[in-house]
This record gives sequence, C-alpha cells and structure tokens, in this order.
Amino acid sequence: MMSSKEILEQLNIRAHCKKYGLGMWRCPQFLFLLMGAVIIASAIITYVLGTRYVADPDVVSLIVLVVTLILFILTFSITRSLEGLAEANRLKSEFVSIVSHQLRAPLSNLKWALEILISGRFGKIEGKSADYLQILADNTKRMAELVSSLLIVSRIEQGRLPLHNAEFSLPELAKEAIAAFKPIASASNVEILLELSQPDLPAAFGDSAQLKIVMENFVDNAVRYTRGSGKVVVSIALRSPGLIFSVKDGGVGIPKEDQKHIFQKFFRSSNALKYQTQGSGLGLYIAKSIVEKSGGKIGFKSEQDKGSTFWFTIPIKK
Amino acid sequence: MSKKILFVEDEAALQKTLGDVLEQEGYKVMSALDGEAGLKAARAENPDLILLDLILPKMHGFEVLKALKSEEATKDIPIIVLTNLESMGDIEKALELGATTYLVKASYTLEEVVSKIKKALGEQA
Repeated sequence: MMSSKEILEQLNIRAHCKKYGLGMWRCPQFLFLLMGAVIIASAIITYVLGTRYVADPDVVSLIVLVVTLILFILTFSITRSLEGLAEANRLKSEFVSIVSHQLRAPLSNLKWALEILISGRFGKIEGKSADYLQILADNTKRMAELVSSLLIVSRIEQGRLPLHNAEFSLPELAKEAIAAFKPIASASNVEILLELSQPDLPAAFGDSAQLKIVMENFVDNAVRYTRGSGKVVVSIALRSPGLIFSVKDGGVGIPKEDQKHIFQKFFRSSNALKYQTQGSGLGLYIAKSIVEKSGGKIGFKSEQDKGSTFWFTIPIKK
Repeated sequence: MSKKILFVEDEAALQKTLGDVLEQEGYKVMSALDGEAGLKAARAENPDLILLDLILPKMHGFEVLKALKSEEATKDIPIIVLTNLESMGDIEKALELGATTYLVKASYTLEEVVSKIKKALGEQA
C-alpha cells in the first residue's frame, strides 16, 4: 500500500518533471494529469450529448463508461511508455555523471604525478624520455577535458546546470579566455585580436564561469580550424537589449549540408574531420545550452573554405 | 621548526604525490586515511594546517570540519578542503563551516595547490 506521503509525492508533478529535466509539455506526469482532465471533460460531453439524443438512460451510461474506459486505458499505456523512456534517459545521464566523477580521481592522480616528473623536482628527466612524459601529460589533459565536457552534458540533460548569475565585465572575461589560447595561436601563426565597439560597454549579467567556457570554445575552434597563418577577431558590441560577443575566423568553414547539425551533441562536421581529428563534438552543444539558459541567443554564419563567425548575445542587468 | 600539515585523504596516490612535494618544500606531513583518523590526529598533533578531502571512509569531511571547528583546541587551525566535488552547494557549505579555502583537485596544478597552502600558512607563495 502507498502511504499518504508517497501519494503526495506522486502528485508533486513539478518535482517529477525536474527530476527528468523535462519541460511541462514533455513531462509524462503532467501529460497524464492533462489527459485525466480531458477524459473527465469528454465523459461529461458524452453524457450531455447522450441524454439529448439517446432516450434510454442505461444506454447513455454504458456509452459514457465505455468511452471513458477506452480513453483511460489509452492514456495510461501511452504515459507509461513515455515515463519508461524518460526514466531510461535519466538513468543514462546519471550513468554518464557517475562514470565521469569516478574517472576524475584517477585522472587527477595521473595529472599531478606527471606534473612532478616533468617539473624535475625529484630528478630531471631529459631527452626522448621527457618527450614521452609530455605526450602522457598532453593526453591526460585531453582526457580530463573530455570528462569535464561529459559531466557538463550530463548536468544539462538532468536539467541541473546551476547558473550563478551576477554582473561582470564581458571584455575582461574575453581577455582571460583569449590569454589561454595565445601560446597555441602564436605557435601556429594565428593572431587573436580583441575589438570593442566602444570603451564604456555596460556590464553583462550571467554566470561568468559558464560563459567563459563558451568563449573558450569559440576561440579554440577559430584557432583550431584556421589553416596556416591567419587572424581571429573577437569582438564585443552593444546589441539591444544586451551585448553581442562574436569570434570571426578565416578558417575552413562549415559546409552547407552540415550547418543545421552544428549544435547537435557529438556532431562533427565533415570539414572539421578533414583538418582536425581531435574533438568530441560536445563544445557547441554545451555552448548552446549555456547561452540559452542565460537568456541569450547563439548563432553563426559560415562559408566553406572562407571562414566562420560564431556569436552569442547576453543580457545586461536584469 | 618545520610546520606540520595534516593531510586527510583516502587516496594513497594523492597522499604520496602531494605529500612528497610538501615534504620537499620543508613541511612535516602527517597523513590520515579516513575521517575518524583525521579527527584524532588533529586533536593529538595540533597541526599548523589541515588538508581535508570530503568523501572519506568512516566519517564525511563535513563532519570532520564541523567537529574541528567546534572544539576549542582545533578551531583556529586553517583547513583547506581539497576534493573533486564541485557543486556550488558543497563549496558554500564548506566555507560556511569555516574552511579557509576550497580547492577542486581537477582544476588545479600541484604547484597551484602548494602555493595556496603557503598562502593559508601566511607564507610568501
């Protein structure tokens, strides 16, 4: 027997929908309740129509009963299967989340042990051995980044990507994001420029740590997909009612047929694969979720072999 | 007299890496592999600083933190929480309970952790 507390919990539809990370209109529990209301309404309508056009009250009640029963069984089985799907999806996100968390501890150990070896604290390692250590360190870093991305994706899918909104300076954040890529960029002869439409831009409102991930993703892609030497232009401007941040490159571009899939999870453009085999296909998916949850829009313009411009908007003070 | 650091961490590999580096930096490092042992060592040894993991056998890091901050003898020892939990809720709770700093292992290099430790000890980083 269900206790009264459990019944009350079943009725807490908002909590259920939140657990699955679904909006109301895609949430099985809410749809079930909605269908319940529809069934009651249709039973009443059948009754009213029945009493008007069918004389025998026994026939009327039988029709009402049969119609209600059929609708109820249908609704029940449909929402049950929907609920099964939602539950499977939730378990998948939870699984990804647990695995990512479990991978973090050994990855931290690897990272720090390699850092000690490379730093030469306990004896310098030189020559080819040092090269191999660097390969280990680089790949550990790559793995750690992938695990972080998967963790963010699982949070997005569970509908619990927490945003800690506050006012912040978008140009300052852009400078930090750019600084991280300066060494890689100059190593491949790519110049990164920051252009502000005016010196006194208003403060942006959002989660600066999350938005930095988006900026880094844009800059990373722009540098990565620039062939040979080139220029990447990062610009920030006023775009009513907020600010617009964009990154323009003269790189390989995205073929037209791939453009509609570019924000999909795990999608990698054929053009991207030609020039860069590394990459998880998660960056832009994460970027879109973060920007949209922050109340902004995200988009791009791209032409194959000519380059791409990715942009997002962000509100100023709410 | 070298300063004493108590390192409460169940992961042996981490005990070794960070422990070795801290010893090379001139600290005396004591290790505890679970929450209970950590609390006992803190009471007995009166360290200058405690590095505390959160997910620990026998006693959760938050419990250890709460106990240490509620006792007269240990309440002034700076505590650095060093963990892989990174939810805002955990960070806020740890700082509320009196932790000096909260560090997510995956986000820092060993050198950065060492400099944070020096800073918490009031030394030049």
